[in-house]
Amino acid sequence: MEKITDYLIPIVLLFTAAWALRKKENPYELMLRGGEEGLRLCASLIPTMIFLLTAVAMLRASGAIEWISTFFAPVFRFFGIPEQTALLVLIRPISGSAALAVGAELMTQYGVDSPVGRTAAVMLGSTETTFYTISVYFGAAGIRKTRYTLIAALIADFVGFFMASLTVRLFF
Amino acid sequence: MVMSWIWVGILLLSLVFSVITGNSSQLAAAVGQGANSAITLILSLAGSMCLWSGVGRVMEKTGIMAGLSRLLRPVLGRIFPSVKEDSVLAGYLSSNVCANVLGLGNAATPMGIHAAQRLARGSTASDELCRLIVLNTASIQLIPANVAAIRTGLGCATPFDILPAVWVTSVCSAGLGLLVAWILGKLWRK
Repeated sequence: MEKITDYLIPIVLLFTAAWALRKKENPYELMLRGGEEGLRLCASLIPTMIFLLTAVAMLRASGAIEWISTFFAPVFRFFGIPEQTALLVLIRPISGSAALAVGAELMTQYGVDSPVGRTAAVMLGSTETTFYTISVYFGAAGIRKTRYTLIAALIADFVGFFMASLTVRLFF
Repeated sequence: MVMSWIWVGILLLSLVFSVITGNSSQLAAAVGQGANSAITLILSLAGSMCLWSGVGRVMEKTGIMAGLSRLLRPVLGRIFPSVKEDSVLAGYLSSNVCANVLGLGNAATPMGIHAAQRLARGSTASDELCRLIVLNTASIQLIPANVAAIRTGLGCATPFDILPAVWVTSVCSAGLGLLVAWILGKLWRK
């Protein structure tokens, strides 16, 4: 398993560039332009991350995160989800950048390769900012009666959190 | 506006808790530390994010995304029956799913919105529109570049070793979300 994921990324890089050459495109130029956009996105994230990581650091220092984790621990343990991820689970559907901040803080606090750090990473990689997505799509389509969408989406999120914990336990 | 409430809520919560636990000096120190760690994090993130945005641009412009979209058509026809009569919708939908799979969030959202507008009839969400949104909130990503970038930034030697776990998790959550949407679609009043 480890070998495959090691080769996957270099192969994706090579394939993309080689394909572009075959299509008589200039992959290097395209990469530079796309990369510039990526950096601009990064720069636009800076203020958000400063304020959010300050907020999370304060929560951690005050003892509130520990209290939240302990409060939700019985429910989380029942589903096999590490209770340290409680804040991440709560904030993930609401704000993408806040979730990124909380996730990064968890990875620093417990270590990137610790079970908690890995679970946080898988959670971030396999779920979306549900409330934001719903409001953007329904807003653009002019929908007022959303029916069961939120319920189904939140169930999907929960399955994501549950499976993230399970797969990390099984694969590592 | 939501973020303002979250911000105030977090500040209030940490203040109340530091009074209870007596961690006032740690709380004061945390203000500066949090801000500093944000800069460190962003700096360590920037390299990978720049790289993957560049690669994503190449995939978008050279037809790799379009090729993947064509592969997806038969599967999408099962989830969204309207695709069979509306080829424009089919294009938007498959590009939306593909861009999501490749982690090109900036390309995915406009495509998804076009698809949603074509699926919308009146002000009540149709079953297919609900399924489109559930699919988009569940996030199926082949290469979660941002998360991998954060892991690299924090000193992880094998940032991509979480990929199999991410794939299994995404497929399960999207699949179950769609199943729930399908069942509720049968039961819910229009």
